[in-house]
Amino acid sequence: MTDILDIARSQVLEQGEGLAEAQVLAVLRLGDERLEEALGLAHAVRLRWCGADVEVEGIVSLKTGGCPEDCHFCSQSGRFETPVRAARLDVASLVEAARQTAATGATEFCIVAAVRGPDARLMREVGEGIAAIRAAVDIDIACSLGILTAAQADELQAMGVHRYNHNLEAARSHFAQVVTTHTWEERRATLELVRERGMEVCCGCIVGMGETLEQRAELAAQLAEVGPDEVPMNFLDPRPGTPFADLPAVPAADALRAIAAFRLALPRTILRFAGGRELTLGDLGARQGVLGGINAIIVGNYLTTLGRDPQDDLDLLAELSMPVKELSRTL
Amino acid sequence: MTVAVHCDGCGHLAADGDHAACRARRATTDPPRYCTACGRKLVVQVLPLGWTARCVRCGMGGIQSP
Repeated sequence: MTDILDIARSQVLEQGEGLAEAQVLAVLRLGDERLEEALGLAHAVRLRWCGADVEVEGIVSLKTGGCPEDCHFCSQSGRFETPVRAARLDVASLVEAARQTAATGATEFCIVAAVRGPDARLMREVGEGIAAIRAAVDIDIACSLGILTAAQADELQAMGVHRYNHNLEAARSHFAQVVTTHTWEERRATLELVRERGMEVCCGCIVGMGETLEQRAELAAQLAEVGPDEVPMNFLDPRPGTPFADLPAVPAADALRAIAAFRLALPRTILRFAGGRELTLGDLGARQGVLGGINAIIVGNYLTTLGRDPQDDLDLLAELSMPVKELSRTL
Repeated sequence: MTVAVHCDGCGHLAADGDHAACRARRATTDPPRYCTACGRKLVVQVLPLGWTARCVRCGMGGIQSP
């Protein structure tokens, strides 16, 4: 048996063992004529090992812009001349954002800050915000606050943070072309701190930052090695003023191939449609992605840009008979 | 009615240059980024179901998503 999709059918669909790096690369190299088949298999894997539920999440930026890091894709870096101006969200607006998110049927609300890592002021704001949300809104709370110390991980766990996001963003071999102010290894270390505290690990990536297909496969394998509960898949939205402003958007077929390949590498992981999908895939792509391995979405807007109308996504899930996952009572 | 002197996508004079890319971003993924009256960067807060924008220089405030 040498055909990669035949191998995946046996190895991933039947046995639940994700594809290894070289196998992921073979999927990424499939021609367009086999894309539908790859997506169909990824969808079957998702249904078999994750079920039909779709997890819906909303995100909000607590601290926008002015970040000291130089992530080349990010309009919130203070090192680049971008249109994004620094701003902070007050607690009342944070609670309103959580309320808006919950009203869509979402079970997860992620508080995000553009920082290298949280300082004492930000930790205090996060603590106050979480307490206020928990008093007013029935929703699980996630955070994405950059690189953590052990003490900060302890604090977040004590605050009741359900899941912590810290993306690898890129393959280890490509990371230095994307970020120079911190290392891939520093990101990896924070993920271990999160896991050790019992919080769920959310660790994603951005596809389309000039990586080769080999590096895309390497990234999928490195994400699988982390073993995250959730992988948000972003597609580069080239933002004005950033070093990646002139990179082309990922072609839709390549984006869909990446979704299928990552699902085949991560059969049991929550695989979330995240930023850039509107630009890369449009309305038709949203449907193909959800039928190609995706089992979670970010609804509504992103941190500094606007997303699809939440109702469009919810209507799509209803049409496809995919139930929205209910709030977890186990944590 | 306020005349838009500056492009709300790039902050440059609206009458100068080509703003097709700015309009395309505003129509799809972006809230306004610059004050149309004075050209300064707006303080923009994007929330899950909307956004607000205000200018700290000229006081133009309370712009909200439709």
